[in-house]
Amino acid sequence: MTLDPLTLVVFAPLFGAMAAFVAPRAAAAIGLATMALTGAAVAWLATEVHAAGAVRTPLGGWEPPLGIALRADGLSVAMLVLTTGVGLLVSLGALDSFKGTANARLQQYFWPLWLLLLTGMNGVYLSTDIFNLYVMIEVIALAAVGLTVLSGTRAALRAGLEYMYASILGALLFLLGVGFVYLQIGQLDFAGLIGAEPSAAMSTALALMVVGLLLKTALFPLHFWLPSAHANATAPASALLSGLVVKAALYIFLRLTTYMPLPDEILVALIGALGAGAVLWGGVQALRAERLKMLVAWSTVVQIGLIFIAFARAGQVGLTESWKAAALLILAHGAAKAAMFLSAGRIKDEIGHDIIRDLDRTPVRPTLAQFTFALAAISLIGLPPSLGFIGKWSLMEGAMAAGYWHWVAVTMVGTLMSVGYFSRVMAGFLRFDRVRAPVAEHQGWALADLPPLVLALGAIGLGLAAAPILSFIELGYPFGMTP
Amino acid sequence: MTPDLIYGVTGIAVFAIGLVGAIVAQNRLRRVLALKLCSVGAGFVLIVAAWRSPPDAPDPVPHALVITGIVVMVSATAVALALIRRLHSLEAEDDA
Repeated sequence: MTLDPLTLVVFAPLFGAMAAFVAPRAAAAIGLATMALTGAAVAWLATEVHAAGAVRTPLGGWEPPLGIALRADGLSVAMLVLTTGVGLLVSLGALDSFKGTANARLQQYFWPLWLLLLTGMNGVYLSTDIFNLYVMIEVIALAAVGLTVLSGTRAALRAGLEYMYASILGALLFLLGVGFVYLQIGQLDFAGLIGAEPSAAMSTALALMVVGLLLKTALFPLHFWLPSAHANATAPASALLSGLVVKAALYIFLRLTTYMPLPDEILVALIGALGAGAVLWGGVQALRAERLKMLVAWSTVVQIGLIFIAFARAGQVGLTESWKAAALLILAHGAAKAAMFLSAGRIKDEIGHDIIRDLDRTPVRPTLAQFTFALAAISLIGLPPSLGFIGKWSLMEGAMAAGYWHWVAVTMVGTLMSVGYFSRVMAGFLRFDRVRAPVAEHQGWALADLPPLVLALGAIGLGLAAAPILSFIELGYPFGMTP
Repeated sequence: MTPDLIYGVTGIAVFAIGLVGAIVAQNRLRRVLALKLCSVGAGFVLIVAAWRSPPDAPDPVPHALVITGIVVMVSATAVALALIRRLHSLEAEDDA
């Protein structure tokens, strides 16, 4: 059997996770080596996709419908690059923030869980059949819950258990939908879905799978589990959960609704309305949040809503155009939110709390982390030249062209609200008159400030590279109906 | 009523019971059991997909899928129970 990058991208992190679990003392070294190997495999895959368009490989030489095939096109490679890139930087940050004997347990369990999570996500981005997707989202769920409860505090355990219930229920709804599909067409790969005749059973199957995925990606009003789970995890885990994990279900949603279009335009509008609800409700909650990490978690709810608005604004035309805006927003949010959670974690570590009201009452000013937070906010608000700006711009441009002014209005309101809630935090960083002790004796810089800074700069700088990114994600026509 | 219809409707009903339980139950353990019911219901539906009117042999693919689903659910249950146990002991410490 010859080695190919598709197989390597999925199996390298899987074997890495097992090795890191078996040899806890060497977990960090195994983890970094695995990340390097996975990164190299993704780069290899990227060059192949760049040269040849979409590439696919049937595992073990077995072709679907009996076997499982892996396939990569421009969009899946972009998701893989996001996942491994953000993941590598977050895990470098974790190396520094988990050092010391007090954190030995965190260090020991972080690596196997994170590598298992990476296996699941890479698997999702390369899968070509819906049962394989079900298995992968369960793998992601188990690893993500493990990361949520890593700190072992009561709040984290409670939030993790809620997350577990939501996640498993979402996956089981998806599984029931898979059962319906098999009952109807006797096939589970994407090619079979495209060829299927529209029918009531297929619509039911689609509805079940979509509701399951919306629960897992936390679209309003199914977001109830997200804020406390993301806010109570340790900083590197929050960054991975918010930046990467919710994107996996979102990606499946985009793929699935392309191969099995929603039967009615009203349903598309309904999804957009839920997105609008997420933008407004999440914005209000972020404005009211008392803790910094809670505010950042609510901002994730907002951003997820925005991505669904980008999906919905296409209306009858389907995803042929609007998926690009959604993909850009996914990439921008992945990098910026990971940066923001890491910097929020650094601020909490240095100051000792993350109560927004008291951020300006402290003599310690972790300036670099605060700077990073502001940079990430620029991309999340959508100021030029950040990638978030390009994403929002292409969303609104398309909405205006189609005459959907209500989506433009919601996006504008959401943007203003995001300026509002991020300003609450930034004002605290910039006020010095409420501190009695002399300020700036301790800058609170550490090696762990570097990964979030790189991520935040990336989220802003990639906006300048939006044209090549756009032409890359179109390689292999992800939404051109040829799986 | 053919056997596949009876089993199919049963599967959906079991899933629905589990779904209601998972949403309304307050007790942590009950919610885990409700989710288990959901997985049994989904498994039923998959098994029905394997049914062929005799003398045709049943389709083996759904059986393989159901076995995978059972394995996944066993691990998920184990994780959920471990979490509940840890929470339980932490909360017992609070009360003591």
